[in-house]
Amino acid sequence: MTAATATYREAVRSGIRRAIQQDTRVFLMGEDVGRYGGAFAVSAGLLEELGPERIRDTPLSESAFVGAGVGAALGGMRPIVEVMTVNFSLLAIDQLVNSAAALRHMSGGQLSVPLVVRMATGAGRQLAAQHSHSFENWYAHVPGLKVLAPGTVQDARDCVLAAVDDPDPVIVFEHQLLYNVQGTLDDDAPVADVWHAAVLETGTDLTLVTYGGSVPKALAAAAALRSEGINPEVVDLRCLRPLDWQTIIASVTRTHRMVVVDEGWKTGSLAGEIVAGVVDRGFYELDAAPERVCSVEVAVPYAKHLEDAVLPSVSRIVEAARKVMPRHG
Amino acid sequence: MPSLGADMDAGTLRAWRRGPGDEVVRGDIIAEVETDKGIVEVEVYASGVVERLLVEPGTKVPVGTPLALIRAASEQTTPRVAIEKPRIATSVRSSTPSARKLARERDLDLSHLRGTGRHGSITRSDVAAIAGSVELAGVHEPAGTRLRASPLARARAAVLGVDLRRVEPTGRQGVVIAADVDRAAKAPTRLSAAEAGTQTGMRKAIAAAMARSKREIPHYYALHTIDMEPALEWLRDRNGERPVQRRLLPAVLFLRAVVLAIRDFPELNAHCDGGRAEPSEAVHLGVAVSLRGGGLVAPAILHAERLNIDQLMSEFQDLVLRARAGQLRASEMSSPTITVTSLGERGVEAVLPVIVPPQVAIVGFGAIQTRPYVVDEKVVARRLVVASLAADHRVSDGHRGGKFLAAIASRLKEPKEP
Repeated sequence: MTAATATYREAVRSGIRRAIQQDTRVFLMGEDVGRYGGAFAVSAGLLEELGPERIRDTPLSESAFVGAGVGAALGGMRPIVEVMTVNFSLLAIDQLVNSAAALRHMSGGQLSVPLVVRMATGAGRQLAAQHSHSFENWYAHVPGLKVLAPGTVQDARDCVLAAVDDPDPVIVFEHQLLYNVQGTLDDDAPVADVWHAAVLETGTDLTLVTYGGSVPKALAAAAALRSEGINPEVVDLRCLRPLDWQTIIASVTRTHRMVVVDEGWKTGSLAGEIVAGVVDRGFYELDAAPERVCSVEVAVPYAKHLEDAVLPSVSRIVEAARKVMPRHG
Repeated sequence: MPSLGADMDAGTLRAWRRGPGDEVVRGDIIAEVETDKGIVEVEVYASGVVERLLVEPGTKVPVGTPLALIRAASEQTTPRVAIEKPRIATSVRSSTPSARKLARERDLDLSHLRGTGRHGSITRSDVAAIAGSVELAGVHEPAGTRLRASPLARARAAVLGVDLRRVEPTGRQGVVIAADVDRAAKAPTRLSAAEAGTQTGMRKAIAAAMARSKREIPHYYALHTIDMEPALEWLRDRNGERPVQRRLLPAVLFLRAVVLAIRDFPELNAHCDGGRAEPSEAVHLGVAVSLRGGGLVAPAILHAERLNIDQLMSEFQDLVLRARAGQLRASEMSSPTITVTSLGERGVEAVLPVIVPPQVAIVGFGAIQTRPYVVDEKVVARRLVVASLAADHRVSDGHRGGKFLAAIASRLKEPKEP
């Protein structure tokens, strides 16, 4: 099969299917991933196709089934654990931070935890204050974890495969709004190097750094900016821990201006870390103070117009980009 | 004359209580002043020794007039501290309540503000005026006190030798950005009055540089008499074939000889900051150019090591013309790595030049003069020039300096293309 059009959801499913088919140690487990086909229908049809040994429904207890995933990984399996949304992962954060992330260190290198935890993240579907968080930065803060956030259809497949292939715990964030996005999927292509950032569009005037659900917004903003004569470069981080400073700094060295788009709340955000890192490593490349486009720091509202106002939008990205450009630029 | 009341404009000095040579301590009574309200004793506001009394008793002077000079204990030689108005005038200068309220809101200090109200009182509009200027600058400090440039602009200015204070900013909030630096580096900038215009400004700049040089750099000197006959004959032959406008001047032979000779003496083609010499790959050859209005500049012919003798000649002429027209570029002003000064036109035999910091060497040439000279045991008339070197003894020694001059001499004895 060569490149074809697929949804982000289908690409994730394809990655899971392939990982399970390639390696007998790999299985998927989580709430409603089997008979129901997954809360976001990612695993629809996989139970019938791959059987109940490999596609396992779990009780409604994140701490229990993420903990079971840690145990299975310690026991030589390669579990893919689906947590419905990132807010539910807070119930399992002890398993992830205190067990999965720390065990290699705690055991003096004797134990490894090849666990993959996938979770939906982000807002935009009117799911209100308890199901609309972006906590990527919480996990990207923790040494011992790796964090991936695919923003394109191809990366959605490749991130699952790369994560399963890794000997350490990897968290994969899939943005709720991306599942229906269509793009090109080459199912025969080798797995991309998703551990490093991708330059999605090259430009000369400023660098838009973003990831996950903000990638389509950044691309739309880039198109709008180009129509007014501003030529942005778009960097998709893909991997949030460890961050690919080389690609970020190389881009800022070309453009000398940066806008970071991050759906998380601004205080303590990944966007803040990226600005700080660029100042550390490339201060004398900066020709303007970097801008951050983040979510407004309130509980994410239910009402559509209020939710739209809170989240990073194309118009806010365009506005921030204009701000870092010189007046007569 | 201190302000001894909010409505006092002037006062009459009645008597001095201390005289020249007297030691005074802050708070001592130094004089008696008569105001509209009577005679008031004036306290001294600085401790020291009375140097000079400036106002005769019986004289009425406006508030703010210096009455006496007091030399503070810390000042060894120059008497500087005068009894001046700001100390007291500030504390009693009045301001309107609405002015004070606005100042509090904007976190502004009124003590240095000169009011436009009655008796110099500060009005709300005075505060609004400076508040406006602060807001325009986007910072809580008076506009223009601090240079605002992006990190990239600063880095680029350092590389290109551009003075950021002369760059027109186009960034937001008046910030100098990299494009502004690029523009300034390319554009021929008319030098500011301090450098090219008024005598005093240039004199001050020369004074500062030369005083620093003589204060900080231990100079040593070496002289070398060079037989110019071969070089001048070569020049005559060369010029014979050329149209007038392409003829070479003897001065360019000197420049060329220095550029070729310096290759083997990298320690003399350098900048020295904080006692450590940083040799330069490029030879940015400074050329001392005297200006018609007096004073001189020593801009650089950039990358003279890449030029053949004809290119050097045209660059030299261009530089002299632009120097005299006040159209030098900032990069030319700041970058010389070694300088040549030629005082031949003035008829001097030799020059003992002063190094231009942060350079570490300067080469001088006197006039080419016909002198008795011994060739093959016979005294003959020859055209000679005295080349001189002043160099930084922290960086090199007379032995190396002498070899450098000898290398220049041998280049001049055997001139050749290119």
